Amino acid sequence: MNWLDRLRGQPSPRETAKQRLQVILVHDRSDLSPGLLEVIKDEIIAVLSRHVPIIAEEVRVTVTQDARECRLVADIPLGNRHSRS
Amino acid sequence: MSAQVITVTSGKGGVGKTTVTANVGMALAMAGKKVVCIDADIGLRNLDVVLGLENRIVYDIVHVVEGRCRTRQALIRDKRVPDLYLMPAAQSRDKSAVKPEDMVRICEELRPEFDYILIDSAAGIEEGFRTALAPADLILLVTNPEVAAVRDADRVVGLVEAMGKPTPKLIVNRLKPDMVRRGDMLDTSDVLEILAIELLGVIPEDEQVIVATNRGTPVVLEERSPAGQAFRAIARRLMGEAVPLFLSEDGQGVLGWLRRLVRSGGGR
Ligand SMILES: Nc1ncnc2c1ncn2[C@@H]1O[C@H](COP(=O)(O)OP(=O)(O)O)[C@@H](O)[C@H]1O
Ligand SMILES: [Mg+2]
Repeated sequence: MNWLDRLRGQPSPRETAKQRLQVILVHDRSDLSPGLLEVIKDEIIAVLSRHVPIIAEEVRVTVTQDARECRLVADIPLGNRHSRS
Repeated sequence: MSAQVITVTSGKGGVGKTTVTANVGMALAMAGKKVVCIDADIGLRNLDVVLGLENRIVYDIVHVVEGRCRTRQALIRDKRVPDLYLMPAAQSRDKSAVKPEDMVRICEELRPEFDYILIDSAAGIEEGFRTALAPADLILLVTNPEVAAVRDADRVVGLVEAMGKPTPKLIVNRLKPDMVRRGDMLDTSDVLEILAIELLGVIPEDEQVIVATNRGTPVVLEERSPAGQAFRAIARRLMGEAVPLFLSEDGQGVLGWLRRLVRSGGGR
């Protein structure tokens, strides 16, 4: 990569490769495709909204990992009953 | 004497398994060990050519399995070093000709006579993979610092663990230090962080590997070849010596020094 790209703050091919690998392996290791995560997310939103007000568009369902251990993490912001929904 | 059985494997093909097996085997033999290299890539034999022993093959591993010769008869002795032997693969058969239990039995028979048994495995994670891994005490996982190769290596780590075998040790092959320094290639430290397994060695990209393969004289016989030095270092680590590893290309050369200077705000 040349110095101009670097000055412009472009990620280097090395950084890009590393980030892509991290994403690919999270899905390979957990056997959860990005598509399946979307389905899970939609179902979580459907179930939870029956009980509590949530901000559907800000819900995030991701797989994280620590060394070789994977974890499914759902981040669900709760909406304010009066001001939001 | 009871040999340690070391299987050299990978996820993706063409990353350097055969090159690693030939050179590490020869380096161990150069250090005075009794070594046998077994080519388990049935149907696509290569190890004989890389070692330059292709003209001396009479019997191969399938002959041994089928009882058409004794195990000893299928061993070809390398004349360049004191105690290096090759058991060639069959060229005109397929992977199912040697079963995992055959490989275990052959290794059991060879163990008392050798220090190291190195098994060069086929690409892929099907039948041949299990055969090559069955007798392994130690598994060396070869990868290149590239996205596809590292991804497939990760799959192998998972499979090996599922088989109840010890976690493989990593060999990063064909690293180009100048590309890493320019930010154009994954560094060893990146691959290690991602795979989270122990590193056994790093082999640089080296044109002499190709010259050596063409000649049939493994590069480890070249005193000054960078790859040859890396193979000798790996052999010494296998023998239990603490040979230092360079984990990061950042730290080396003038650029690395400059970078460290900048990072530390001009101090140091
Ligand atoms: N460190 C290296 N530098 C340059 N070329 C290499 C290096 N390692 C392997 N090669 C070349 O890469 C090719 C594939 O290597 P090989 O050992 O046959 O891979 P595999 O057994 O995994 O299919 C060969 O042509 C070999 O000469
Ligand atoms: Mg090969």
